[in-house]
Amino acid sequence: MNGAQDLGGMTGFGPVRPEQNEPVFHGEWERRALALTLACNGMGEWTGDRNRFERESLDAVWYLTHSYYEIWLAALEKNLARKGFVSADEIAEGRALRASPPAKKKLMAAEVAPSLAAGTPYDRPAKTPALFKSGERVRCKTINPPTHTRLPRYARGRVGVIESVRGVFAFPDSNAHEKGEDPHWCYTLRFTGWELWGEDADPTLSVTIDAWEPYLERAP
Amino acid sequence: MSAHHHHDHDHDHPHLSPVELRVRALESVLVEKGYVDPAALDLIVETYETKIGPRNGARVVAKSWVDPAFRERLLKDATSAIAELGFSGRQGEHMVALENTASRHNVVVCTLCSCYPWPVLGLPPVWYKSAPYRSRVVIDPRGVLADFGLTLPKDTEIRVWDSTAELRYLVIPMRPEGTDGWSEERLADLVTRDSMIGTGVALRPDEAKP
Repeated sequence: MNGAQDLGGMTGFGPVRPEQNEPVFHGEWERRALALTLACNGMGEWTGDRNRFERESLDAVWYLTHSYYEIWLAALEKNLARKGFVSADEIAEGRALRASPPAKKKLMAAEVAPSLAAGTPYDRPAKTPALFKSGERVRCKTINPPTHTRLPRYARGRVGVIESVRGVFAFPDSNAHEKGEDPHWCYTLRFTGWELWGEDADPTLSVTIDAWEPYLERAP
Repeated sequence: MSAHHHHDHDHDHPHLSPVELRVRALESVLVEKGYVDPAALDLIVETYETKIGPRNGARVVAKSWVDPAFRERLLKDATSAIAELGFSGRQGEHMVALENTASRHNVVVCTLCSCYPWPVLGLPPVWYKSAPYRSRVVIDPRGVLADFGLTLPKDTEIRVWDSTAELRYLVIPMRPEGTDGWSEERLADLVTRDSMIGTGVALRPDEAKP
């Protein structure tokens, strides 16, 4: 979706302001926001792609004016409400007001270390040969789905060169919407600065994206 | 840890901000309903606050500076090479190492969210997740590097890597001059977090903390 998350190439946000000796967390609530997000992922009820979709479908102005942990929290609340686990009035009250369905899983303390160490690999066995090979020119399709996609707007319609064939990975455009993983080949694709931004672009610049095969078509 | 969370209301904590109150309330409800284990929450925080951070990545880089065979493995299959040092898992399942050279500088971003190689760098800093960086580094990388006080030669090739899928990128900065014969541990002190994102370079020996 063309939400506020798709920021590449925009101007007007001012300089980057790195914080000297930045702490890992800026307060106890950020610790809890991270931990709750990861622990609730452990309920096994939604995918990482769904998390991203819930974040980017927040109100665009709200998204751009809140911190990243606030965005995480808002998306977590949406997922919990959507699944009927926790509703807004319960959060307002700070206590359970009604019974809710059991979750598929619960991340227990003993599972934290092995679960974080294992991660969630997204690569899948290849069932078809890759359509493109390294060095080939491809164009990103012009798409504007109202649903989740990982093809940024600045790359749509642009021609790049396949830098690397990365393997087959779960496809976010499907996986975010509970339509299954629908795995596809994923490629690293390199664009010149000129192709993306025009003749005034920095001549030393190139930009790569990682793109799934359904985003791409062979370029003449 | 959790027991005192159960009856939090606004008037009990006049010093807490709305978001602080909200996250406490959410945690209370989730614990009360049995969806999360409070001890698991504490362990997650402890892991990312004390165990996983940019020191991990610095060890990978330092090893790549002194061990050519490791460097070759790292550039060929970063996930496996990094795992040799014991770093793996969440948000580092599919790693790619990017080699900086005298003529080429790599910079990593996630324009669409906050993708970042957690096992080697820990959690991302605020600026990495914020609009100024995500919007501008793909179109004006030299301007962004200037915000970090970094100016590269005019003819240095700049490669920006937008982490739009599940691959996670680690920049291998160049080894600083004047470090011949240094141990891996000493070299690791020169490897900053920003040098592994590409918004910085490794410290010179005279910049290293004693």
